[in-house]
Amino acid sequence: MLFINPSLSKAILTLMNVIIMLVPLIGTIFGVMYYYNSKEFTELLLALPIKRSSIFIGQYLGVAISLSLSLTLGLGIPFIIYGLFQSPDIWEFSQLLLLGTFLSFIFSGISYVVALVNENRIKGFSYAILIWLFMAIIYDGLFLISLVMFDEYPLDKFSLIASVFNPIDLSRIMMLLKLDISALLGYTGAVFKKFFGSNLGSMISMGILVLWTVVPIFILKYKSSKKDF
Amino acid sequence: MIEVKNLYKKFGKNEVLKGIDLTIADKGVFAVLGPNGSGKTTLIKSILGMVIPNSGEILIDGESTLNNWQYREKIGYLPQIANFPVNLTVKELFKMIKDLRQSSSLDESRYIEKLGLTSHMSKKLGNLSGGTKQKVNLVLTFLFDSPYIILDEPTTGLDPIALLILKEFIEEEKEKGKTILLTSHIMSFVEDMADEIVFLLEGKVYFRGSAAALKEQTGEVDFEHAIANLLKTQYV
Repeated sequence: MLFINPSLSKAILTLMNVIIMLVPLIGTIFGVMYYYNSKEFTELLLALPIKRSSIFIGQYLGVAISLSLSLTLGLGIPFIIYGLFQSPDIWEFSQLLLLGTFLSFIFSGISYVVALVNENRIKGFSYAILIWLFMAIIYDGLFLISLVMFDEYPLDKFSLIASVFNPIDLSRIMMLLKLDISALLGYTGAVFKKFFGSNLGSMISMGILVLWTVVPIFILKYKSSKKDF
Repeated sequence: MIEVKNLYKKFGKNEVLKGIDLTIADKGVFAVLGPNGSGKTTLIKSILGMVIPNSGEILIDGESTLNNWQYREKIGYLPQIANFPVNLTVKELFKMIKDLRQSSSLDESRYIEKLGLTSHMSKKLGNLSGGTKQKVNLVLTFLFDSPYIILDEPTTGLDPIALLILKEFIEEEKEKGKTILLTSHIMSFVEDMADEIVFLLEGKVYFRGSAAALKEQTGEVDFEHAIANLLKTQYV
C-alpha cells in the first residue's frame, strides 16, 4: 500500500476502513471460539482454589491482549521500517492503533459475555456475529434511513447521540476528525468537528469508548459468579 | 467436617436437590450412590462451588462455601472426564496446576512412576489416550495431599492395573486420616472401598450407613442386589 501511494496519511485512511470492519469481526470470532473451546478445561479450573472472576477475566484478557498486540506489531513494524518516526503522521497512526486496540477489547469482551450466557454453542456464535453485523453495517443503514425520513428536522444532536451508541461509528468519526477529512462530512461533519474536535469532545468520546470496554467486563464478572457449571 | 444443611437446587423447572441434610464428620471413604438424576453430581458440584444452590448452606470445617474460594485448597477433585488443553504437554500441565495451587515445590515423580506415566511426560495432552489422561487426572487429584478428596466415577477409563493402583492410593489416603467422597456405578468397587454409603433418592438422603447395614435393611445377601432393591423403589 505504501509503495502504491507514498502518502502516509492516505495509507492510514485506507487502513482505518479495513480495521474498523475487520478488527471487531476478528475480536468477536476469537472471543466466542476461545470460550467454547476452553469450556471443559475451565470446569476443571473452577474446582481449584481460584476466584471465578480471575479465571474468566484472565481468559478474556488473554484473547484481547493477544489480538491487540498482533494488530500493533503487524501494523507497526512495516510502518516503522517505512520511516514512520520521521513523519508528522505518527500521531494519526498512533490514534489508529489505539482505536484498533479499543475495538479488539470491546468486541472480544462482548462476544465473551454472549458465549458465557449461551450454553448452546451455535446460538452463542450466531448471536455474537449478529451483534458485529448490527454494529458494523445495519446500524449505519438504520441511521441513514432515519436521516432521510426526518430530514425536515434539525438532526445534529440526534446524529451526535446516535454515533455514541456504536463503538465502530465512534471510532470512525474520531479517526476522520484526526485525519482532518471531516470537510467531506458536510454539515453533520461541522457539528461533529465542533463537538468531537474540541478537547472536551475528544475526552468524552474516549470516555465512552472506555465505558464500552469496561461494561462488558463487569457483566462478565457478574454473570460468571452466578453461573452453574 | 463437611456439613450440608437443607440444600435445595433446581435447574429450570427440574428440582434436583430437595433439602439435603448431610454431615460427614469422620475420616474414611463415603460412597454417594443413587439412580440417575438423583442429584449425586449436583451435590458434589455444590460442595465444590461449581453449582450455586438456591437455598441452604454447605460448610467445610465451619467455613461456608458461598462466595468463598479458599476452602478449595483443602479439596482434591477428580472429575469424571477431564479435558485438558490439547497443546500442553503433561509436564507443563503439572507445572501449571502446581503453580495455580501454590504448591510448586511438590514432587509428583512418585505418582508418575507408579502409574507408568514417565514415558508420556513430554507428550501433548491432545495425543494421549483416554485412559492415560485419566491417569494424569489421578496424579493431579492425589498430589496435593488435601484433607478432602472427591472422586466422581474414578474407575472410568482405567485399566485393571491402574484400578488396583487407584485402590492403593485411596487406602493410603484413608490411613492418613482423609475424608474421601466418591460416586460410582461399579458396585464391587463401592463394596470394596466404602466405609459408608449415602444413598440419594429424588433429591433427598434416603439411606445412610454401612454396606452391611444396607444388606440387613433390604434383606439381601448380596450388596449389588441390596442396591438394586433400593433402586427399584424409583422404578415402581
